[in-house]
Amino acid sequence: MKLLQIKRKNIPFLATISVFFLIYLAGSLMYDNFFSLRVFVNLFIDNAFIGVLAVSMTFVIISGGIDLSVGSVVALVGVLSAKLMQDYGVHPMLAFALCLALGALIGSVMGALIHFFELPPFLVTLVGMFLARGLAFLISLNSIPIKHPFVDKIIDFGIPLGFRTWLPVIAIIFLVIVMVGIYLQQFTRFGRNTYAIGSSEQSAILMGLPIGRTKVLIYTFSGTMSALAGIVYSLYTCSGYPLACVGLELDVIAAVVIGGTLLTGGAGLVQGSLIGVLILGLIQTFITFQGTLSSWWTKIVIGVLLFCFILIQRYLSLAGNRES
Amino acid sequence: MKILPDIQNPNFQRLLWPLAALAGILLFNLFFTPGFFEIEIKDGHFFGSLIDIINRAAPVMLLAIGMTLVFATGGIDLSVGAVMAISGAVAATVIRPDYVKGVLEYGEIQPLYLVIGIPLALSVLCGLWNGILVAFVGIQPIIATLILMVAGRGIAQLITQGQIVVFIHEPFQYIGSGFFLGFPFPIVMVVLIFILTYLLTRKTGLGLFIEAIGANAVASRFMGVREKQIKLAVYMFSGLCAGIAGLVVCADIKAADANNAGLFLELDAIAAVIIGGTLWGGRFTLLGSIIGTLIIQSLTTTILTRGIAPEVTLVFKAVVIIAVALIQSEKFRNVFSVMVASRRTKA
Repeated sequence: MKLLQIKRKNIPFLATISVFFLIYLAGSLMYDNFFSLRVFVNLFIDNAFIGVLAVSMTFVIISGGIDLSVGSVVALVGVLSAKLMQDYGVHPMLAFALCLALGALIGSVMGALIHFFELPPFLVTLVGMFLARGLAFLISLNSIPIKHPFVDKIIDFGIPLGFRTWLPVIAIIFLVIVMVGIYLQQFTRFGRNTYAIGSSEQSAILMGLPIGRTKVLIYTFSGTMSALAGIVYSLYTCSGYPLACVGLELDVIAAVVIGGTLLTGGAGLVQGSLIGVLILGLIQTFITFQGTLSSWWTKIVIGVLLFCFILIQRYLSLAGNRES
Repeated sequence: MKILPDIQNPNFQRLLWPLAALAGILLFNLFFTPGFFEIEIKDGHFFGSLIDIINRAAPVMLLAIGMTLVFATGGIDLSVGAVMAISGAVAATVIRPDYVKGVLEYGEIQPLYLVIGIPLALSVLCGLWNGILVAFVGIQPIIATLILMVAGRGIAQLITQGQIVVFIHEPFQYIGSGFFLGFPFPIVMVVLIFILTYLLTRKTGLGLFIEAIGANAVASRFMGVREKQIKLAVYMFSGLCAGIAGLVVCADIKAADANNAGLFLELDAIAAVIIGGTLWGGRFTLLGSIIGTLIIQSLTTTILTRGIAPEVTLVFKAVVIIAVALIQSEKFRNVFSVMVASRRTKA
């Protein structure tokens, strides 16, 4: 009997994995070539920027907060790095470093506002969203193409996987960030403090945990990862566009929730968010393979999945309360 | 009869900062935008920048009225933009049911009560869905309404099959671009709905119940306030307001655009409510939210008349929202007054 018992907090994660395999199985049975290495690797390439964001969003949501600014920061970083490279001749590495610093700055300011002035996270990050998008428009109103020999080298690089498929840099960044996220979450004090704040901020304060530092760090991490996602996105599209990634934050939040992270905070796993991102990617792939379904079905299916997972979460937390 | 507002009244004090911000923007325009305050009468209709600002703000004002009540119960409604899109899409489909199939003939002209009634009924249904999730299933409002925000726009696109449904329907267009007693009809409608909501919440116990739920849901349940039913009603009302706003936008442009109708207007509405001084859970002020909407719209118009790219408005919006939020934050005021005090003692 003991073997069959599953820890309750793992149920959302297990549900996520089952959904992933179900969709994958359905796709593989229905369409030729769905079950191929290239389609699988493409999941990691096409969703690399969402994946990077999902890792940091997991931390934010576990701490009981939310970050609505990520999509705008992606656009801002895309436009800024393109502008720096094309108009000012800045070396791509320097431009990317500047962008990461900017992301960290935006994140830490938002974190400080949330912690020190006790403003609600969704309000502060909403302001961050407006601000970053507005700044992106200030830099350029049009799409700027990125053409630089060094960038071309980065894009051309890839680890051969056989079957004429390569793992390009952006997919590698995605996987590395997932590893870093898992490490931070499971093996560091920062990760444990995040869980503590999300479970009960009051208890965390009474235990003497560094609430302020952790909160500011969480949003700084989120800002930095948004900037990194922006870099990934500009490598993916080879351009910077101020209107890019409008509404991306909602996709990311959806991926994290489908990945089994509790929206009330306190529970969730980075690896769950990874699967959540892959599920969103699979739905897109499925609709592409199907061919006759229109793009709006993506939104409806994501909405339905979101609804199911939130219901599971709700049921589990109710059952948990009844037990205690 | 009191003519001057009572300065000591906390309700008035709460409106002080938003009013000051609005006055600041208007004052700026008084000096720097010639003809800003001119209102002329053409063909018996009023025209001018001020009328234009209120007219353009009308959809967001409608959203803000609903959002204010939702905010007061400690909730949030992210789905209003998507509901606007659904309502517009349904109205256009009622007028031209076969358009999406490629039939360009109109068929019989639908009566106005159907063109308005069906979309509004569906909007209330959307609100009912949100309300059930929040009040009876017990999901956090920001998440419960996120579902409809994501899926709702998909549903609207499904209704119009991703096309922009254009139509001509004189009585329906009146809602968006008609004039009543010289004023644009959307303004008149907003005023009516505002007065109705005000009377309903302030001249009955309802407003107090809403605030009680927002301040402490458990305590108000023990006092016998029907918490769940009131929450349900508030979300349905927000859905209705969003539906009306959707009709206004759709009737104004004579087309239903499921991709863009109401896009990001939920953020404007939330910003307006916060600028207006309504707290998240607790005291609310409908007039404040209207003033908040006016601040945002007059800011946008001012920027447009200055020849700055309209997209940059977002930066100004961000600055105004964070400034007002900081002023209202008790922590910030404490820190600020400590800073001022320490400087005084040093001097």
